[in-house]
Amino acid sequence: MHKIWLITQREYLTRVMNKAFLLTTFLTPVGFVLFFLIMGFIMDTGSDKTKNIVVIDPVNLLADKPASANNLKFLYSNKSLKDVKQDYGNKTFHGILEIAALPIDSASSFQVDYHSDEQLAIDEMVALEEVLATHVRAHKLKAYNLDEKVLNHLDTDISITPKSVLEEKEISSLTTIVSSVIGGIVGYALFFIITLYGSQVMRSVMEEKINRIVEVLISSVKPFELMMGKVIGVGLVGLTQIGIWLILIPLIFIVGTAAYGIDLESASQMAANPAADQILSQQDKILQVLSELKALNWWAIVPLTLYYFLLGYFAYAALFAAVGSAVGEDINEAQSLTLPIMLPLLAAVYIGFSAVSAPDSSLAVYASMIPLLSSIVMPVRIPFGPPVWEIALSMILLLLFTILLIWLAGKIYRVGILMYGKKASFKEIIKWMSYHNT
Amino acid sequence: MDTTSIPVLSLKDIVKRYHNHLAVDHVSFEVAKGTIFGLLGPNGAGKTSLIRIITRITAADSGTIMLEGEPLHALHPSMIGYMPEERGLYKKMKVGEHLIYLAQLKGLTFKDARKKAKYWLEKFEAGNWWDKKIADLSKGMQQKIQFIATIIHDPKLIILDEPFSGLDPINANLIKDEIYQLKEKGASILFSTHRMEQVEEICEQIILVNQGKKILDGSVSNIRKTYKENIYSIEYSGLDAKLLVSNDLYEVTTQDSGMATLRFNAGATSYAVLKSLLDTGMDIHHYNEVLPTLNEIFIKKVSQNNA
Repeated sequence: MHKIWLITQREYLTRVMNKAFLLTTFLTPVGFVLFFLIMGFIMDTGSDKTKNIVVIDPVNLLADKPASANNLKFLYSNKSLKDVKQDYGNKTFHGILEIAALPIDSASSFQVDYHSDEQLAIDEMVALEEVLATHVRAHKLKAYNLDEKVLNHLDTDISITPKSVLEEKEISSLTTIVSSVIGGIVGYALFFIITLYGSQVMRSVMEEKINRIVEVLISSVKPFELMMGKVIGVGLVGLTQIGIWLILIPLIFIVGTAAYGIDLESASQMAANPAADQILSQQDKILQVLSELKALNWWAIVPLTLYYFLLGYFAYAALFAAVGSAVGEDINEAQSLTLPIMLPLLAAVYIGFSAVSAPDSSLAVYASMIPLLSSIVMPVRIPFGPPVWEIALSMILLLLFTILLIWLAGKIYRVGILMYGKKASFKEIIKWMSYHNT
Repeated sequence: MDTTSIPVLSLKDIVKRYHNHLAVDHVSFEVAKGTIFGLLGPNGAGKTSLIRIITRITAADSGTIMLEGEPLHALHPSMIGYMPEERGLYKKMKVGEHLIYLAQLKGLTFKDARKKAKYWLEKFEAGNWWDKKIADLSKGMQQKIQFIATIIHDPKLIILDEPFSGLDPINANLIKDEIYQLKEKGASILFSTHRMEQVEEICEQIILVNQGKKILDGSVSNIRKTYKENIYSIEYSGLDAKLLVSNDLYEVTTQDSGMATLRFNAGATSYAVLKSLLDTGMDIHHYNEVLPTLNEIFIKKVSQNNA
C-alpha cells in the first residue's frame, strides 16, 4: 500500500505542477468571469450619458408628460419645429421628437419624426418607442372607451400543475425541465471527464512503456500497484480540477447574476409566493428555476453522482490502462484499440440523452443497471428520483463489475507493459488474461 | 553456521512456459556471495526470462529460488538492484527527485534516499545535476543516473542486463570500476550479456544458456581449460629461414617469421615438445598455451546445441 501511495503521489504532483494543468484549471473559470464582465460592460455602455430630447407635442399625445426614459431626458417645448431647430447648433440637446398628429384609432402603425444629426443607440430607440407605444395604447383605449382592467382580464396564463397521487411530494411544472437540464449536464460532464482522465491514464502508461522505465519500476513494485497508483493519481488530479471548478464556478455564478441584477434570496421568496407567479415574466421564470434548483434533493444527487463518477472512472481508467499497455509507440494503434472503450461510453451518453426526456423508459432503466453504461445513465436519472431499489441494485452491480474489470485489466497490463515491438491483437490480449504470473 | 557459504542466489529446476514455447527449461545455478557471475546466451536464449523470475516480475511455473537461503518473497525486491536491458527514466523529472523516487520505491525513507542520491551523484562527479531535467542530460549522463538508481539502496544482489550497451568507453570503464568496488564491498553481481569479451574480463563464474537450457557452467578459467585444444604459440629466433615441420609430437597450424602455433598430438607434453624444439638449436622467447576464448566456446556450444 505504501508503494501505491508513492506512485499516486508522483503521478499527482507531476501533473498538478504542470503548467498546462494550472492554465486549464484556472484560466477556464477566469475566462468565464471575463466573458461575463465583458458582456455586462458591453451591455451597459451607451446608456451612461444623459441625452436631452426636445419634445414638440402639439396634439398632447404624451398627456402625462413623462420626464425621462432610460438615459433620455424629455424637454417639452411649445415652440415650432423651425424655432427649435435654430437652437440645435448650441448642442444643448441631442435631437427633436416631433409628434405631428394623433394616431388613427384603427391604424396598426404610427409614425413620428426624430430630428437630429446624430443617431440614437438601439436601446435608446427601444426606450423611446416603448414610451410612445404606451401612450398610443392609452389614447386608443380612451377612443374605444375600453377599461384597461377588462383588457388585462382577457390575457390568461395557462399552467398545468403536476400533482402526485400516492407519494407526498410537491412537484411544480418546472421540476421536469430542471431535472432534465441537470441530468443532461451531469451525463455529458461525466462522459467528458471519464474520457479526458481515462485517456490521460492511457497516455501515462504508454509513456512509461516508450520511456523504457516500466521494467525498472516493476522490479520494485507489482505491476498492479503501479497501475492502481497511476489510476488513483490521475483520478485525484481530476477531482482536484473539478473541485477547483466547483468553487470557482459558483463565484462566477454570483458575479454573473449580480451583473444581471438578480438577487438569489428574493428569488426564492418570490417564487414561494403564489400571488407573485401569476404573471410570469422572463425574470420570474429564472427565479422559479432557481427555487426549483434549491428544492432538488442535492444530498442524494451529489454523493450518488460522485459514486457513479468514481466507479465509472475506475472501470474505464482500468480499461484505458490495459489498452495503453498493449500498444507500442504508435498512437494510431491506440486509437483503434480504444474503440471498444469508446463504444459503451458513447452508447451511454446517447442513452443518457434519451433518458433525459424519458427517464422511466425501459431502455433507460435497463441501461442504468448495466455496468459501463450505468455510470453515466444512472446519474442522469437520479434528479428525477428513480426507485431506491433500482439505484441500490445498479450501485452493487457497478461495484462488482468495476472490481472484476480492474482485476482483468491488471492481468492484461502486467503482460502488455513488457511486450515490445509486437502489435497486440484483441485475440492476443484476451490470451494475456490467462497468463500465469506471480 | 557460516553465512558466507550460503549462495546469495540459488535457482533449482526453474521452468517457465509461454504458451507452446518453453522459455526456461529446468535451469539450476548458484551465485556465490561477493562474486561476479555471468549469465550468457544468444538473443532469445531465456536470459531475460530468468532475470524476470529472479526479480519477481514474473513467476516461474515450477522450481525454487532462494535468496540468501530463503525462498523468494515479497520483501526481496529491496535486496535486489536490477538494471534491465530495456531501461529509461522519466524525461520530465529532475535528477534528484527521480533518484529519490526510485529509491523510495525500493523501500528507503525520503531522508535516506536523499542522502544516498547526493552521495552517489558526488561520487560520479555529477553533484551539480540535482536540479537538471533528465531530458537535458546526454545519453551517457542518463546511463550514469540509471546505474545509480540501480545501486542506490545498497542491494545485496545486483543484476545488470547488458549494462554496457550504448555506453562510450569512458563511461563503460567508470561503471566497470564501480562494479568491482561494489563487489569488494560484498555485493554479488549477476551480469547478463551476449558480449563474451566483457564476460571473460569481468566474470568469475558463468552459466551459458541456449534455447532455455543450461548448456555450460563453471568458473571462466576452468571452462577455458576444459575446452582447450592443446594449442600453443611460440616465438623464436636463431633458425633463420628454417621452418618448423609437423612431427609425431605436434602439428604446425600456422607459421610466420619467428612465430608459430602448434597443436599438440595426444600424449605430447610441454617438456617433450620444448625439448625437441630446443634441440633444433633455436632460441625460444615466448611460449604459452592458447586457451580458447569464451566466444569460441560459446559459438561452438551454441551451434552444437542448435544442430
